[in-house]
Parts: sequence; C-alpha cells; structure tokens
Amino acid sequence: AAGSGKMAAEAAVGQVVLPGDVLLLPARPDHDAERLPLGPEAAPRGRLLCGPGLRRCAAGLLVTKCGLLRHRQPGGGGGAAAGGAYWVDSQQKRYVPVKGDQVIGIVTARAGDVFRLDVGGSEQASLSYLAFEGATKRNRPNVQVGDLVYGQFLVANKDMEPEMVCMDSSGKASGMGVIGQDGFLFKVSLGLIRKLLAPKCEIIQELSQLYPFELVLGMNGRIWVKAKTVQQTLIIVNILEACEYMTSEQRKQALAKLSGN
Amino acid sequence: RTYSKETEVVRFCLYFQFMQRGLDSQTKKQLEEEEKKIISEEHWYLDLPDLKEKESFIIEERSFMPCEDLLYGRMSFKGFNPEIEKLMVQMNSKSKKEEIEVDDKMEADVSDEEMARRYETLVGTIGKKFLKKRDQRVLRDEDEDENSNSRPKKAKKMFLKPQD
Repeated sequence: AAGSGKMAAEAAVGQVVLPGDVLLLPARPDHDAERLPLGPEAAPRGRLLCGPGLRRCAAGLLVTKCGLLRHRQPGGGGGAAAGGAYWVDSQQKRYVPVKGDQVIGIVTARAGDVFRLDVGGSEQASLSYLAFEGATKRNRPNVQVGDLVYGQFLVANKDMEPEMVCMDSSGKASGMGVIGQDGFLFKVSLGLIRKLLAPKCEIIQELSQLYPFELVLGMNGRIWVKAKTVQQTLIIVNILEACEYMTSEQRKQALAKLSGN
Repeated sequence: RTYSKETEVVRFCLYFQFMQRGLDSQTKKQLEEEEKKIISEEHWYLDLPDLKEKESFIIEERSFMPCEDLLYGRMSFKGFNPEIEKLMVQMNSKSKKEEIEVDDKMEADVSDEEMARRYETLVGTIGKKFLKKRDQRVLRDEDEDENSNSRPKKAKKMFLKPQD
C-alpha cells in the first residue's frame, strides 16, 4: 500500500507518495567498479534524473513532497534524461526560484544599475540593466517601475539572492524582455501552469480557436493575456482561472456557449 | 625538536628568499623535511574509514523543464503577434531537435573534388602576381615553348655596329 515506507520505484509510479517514503531503485549491475560489466543486461544506461520532490539517499530516492509520482522512460526522451526521470507532481501556489526557469516579474524599484523585480518568491530578484539584448552603458533599456518583464533565472539557490537576465547564453533576447502595453496579469497555481505548458495541451488548443490573442506563461504562476478588446481578454482570463477546477466536459460546454454568442 | 630562541630566529631566517642562494643543497633538504614534519604533526584528520563514492548515476534536478518537456512560455494565436508566432515555431522545434541530434552535413554547393582542382590552379595564378618581371618573362617564354615548339625564337636585340 502507498505510504508504507519502502517500495520499489517502478511500482509507485502514478500513485500518491508522501514525504519520508523511500523508493528503491533496481540494483545497478555495475555497482562494483572493479568488475567489468559483460553481457546484455549490463548495457550502460544514462544517468537517472531525480526531479523536483525527490532526493538521493542511501537506498534509492527519498520523497520530500507529497503528490503523484511520475516517470519518464529512458532513451530518446531527451539529452538530459537519457536514463529516465522520476519526479513528484505536486500542487502548490507559492513559487520558489529555480535556475533556468522563465518567469514574469514586476519591476518594483531601480537601485542604481540594477532593477528589483517581484517574482513571487521570498526575495526580490535583481536584474542588471546590461542583461538585455543590445544594451550597453550608453544605450540603456527602457524599463520603468511597474513594467512587466519576462526573463529567466541565472542564479537561484537558497543561499543567494536570485538574479535574472533577459537574454540567453548567446546574447539573444529570444522573446525575453519587457512585455508590451495593455493586457492583463493574474496568478494561478503552479500545477496549472505546467499543465498549460505541456505539449499538446487541450485547453490551449481549444482557446486558440476562439479569437486571436497573445499569452505569456511564467513558471511562477503568473499569466499575462492580451486580446483585441477588453471583453475578450477577460473571457480568456476567466476560462484559464476556472480551468483548474473544471473537468474537460464542463470546459468544452463553456467554450461552446462562448463561440455560439 | 625544540630550539632555543636565538637558533629559532636564525633557522626562521633561512626560509627567506635571499638566504636560499647561500644555502647548500643539504641544508635545503633538511629545511624542507622539517617543514613537512611540522605540517604533518599539526594537520588534523578524521579517524574515520574512507567512504566509497558511489551512485554517481543519479542527477538531482530542481526544475521541471527537463522532466516534462515544457513548451516555450510566450504564445500567440491567429496572428495576433507574428513575431511571437515565429519564435514559437523556432523554440519548440529547437527543443525537439536537441533530442534527435541531426548530424548530417549540409549539402555543399561545390564538391570537395572541385574545390581541390580549383585551388590547384588558383595557387599558381595568384603566385604569378608576385613574381618579379624577369621571372614573369621566363614563365611566359616557357608557356610559349610548351604550346608552340616550332616557333623560332626572336633574335635578341643587340647593339649593331653601324656600317660605314
């Protein structure tokens, strides 16, 4: 039964796990470094990715968040998770900055050469004015207090203040930077963001049939929407907020009513 | 070994750079050994058995991006923002391309053989530019010889004594 303490990782996939559970991994044949692995079962596997909600421990993986255990099969799935990936699909509203995440921040202050952004975490993130594409000391970016900025975390750990940048490693903006005028910003839970960002998300596909609009999803739970009229914008906002608690049937009914109007 | 104060100071001075030249190799070796001994006696260590490093095949990751293959966060539909729509195609196909890792070479407009042939003659052509005039004439004469062997060489213009 789930929550009994130790169980095999593969058996627990798709079930609820609680903090403190230990997931046992199948023994690796090449544990003993001196013996050369021969034979088909000792084919070298890539590294196993231990995702959010899990930690390494002596016996296997230790669960640190409650939620559903997810697994991705090894091989072909991605460069980083060549050996497969395990993570806990948990629900929370409070965001904790993670390096590499792309989020929407609100500029709250300008302290010298650095902007202070509110990203919904415990600390405000800092964003240097040189971290924009084509920014130099003479050519400063046009960022005012109260603007919305889409950027990614360069530094984010529990010991340091989070730092953001609005360009990728090659210096290109690739969509990051100040988000334009108008539009509407609202907050949802982190789980919904991940559901919306999943490839082939039904909600997004259905909404895209309604009318032209623009959408920015930040991993910190913030969504920015802009459509041609205020009414259309508010309709999309209401649907996205309600999506969390609607079943797909209810959602399709609601959308059918809308497109009928 | 403990030294008296005076010998201690003198011994300490021997470590300075300017004293190193005067020392002979034996004294230097002695100094080094003593230094090592001091360090090893003061060096603290834990009297525990060595832990074997194991399980380097699990990577801990705090972000959801590599686990779930999330799409790019900016989206635009029905042509509301054409730049973003272009970016969407670019970013989402980039993440897929990384998985497939296409590594076939781009088709070359000019094949390798053609390049080699072209360069063979190119080196000669450019090289001729930098020859001195005399060498250029020699080259030209050689070419003419090759092409038309039977053509007689023009007599070199020499001083003709005027006939009375």
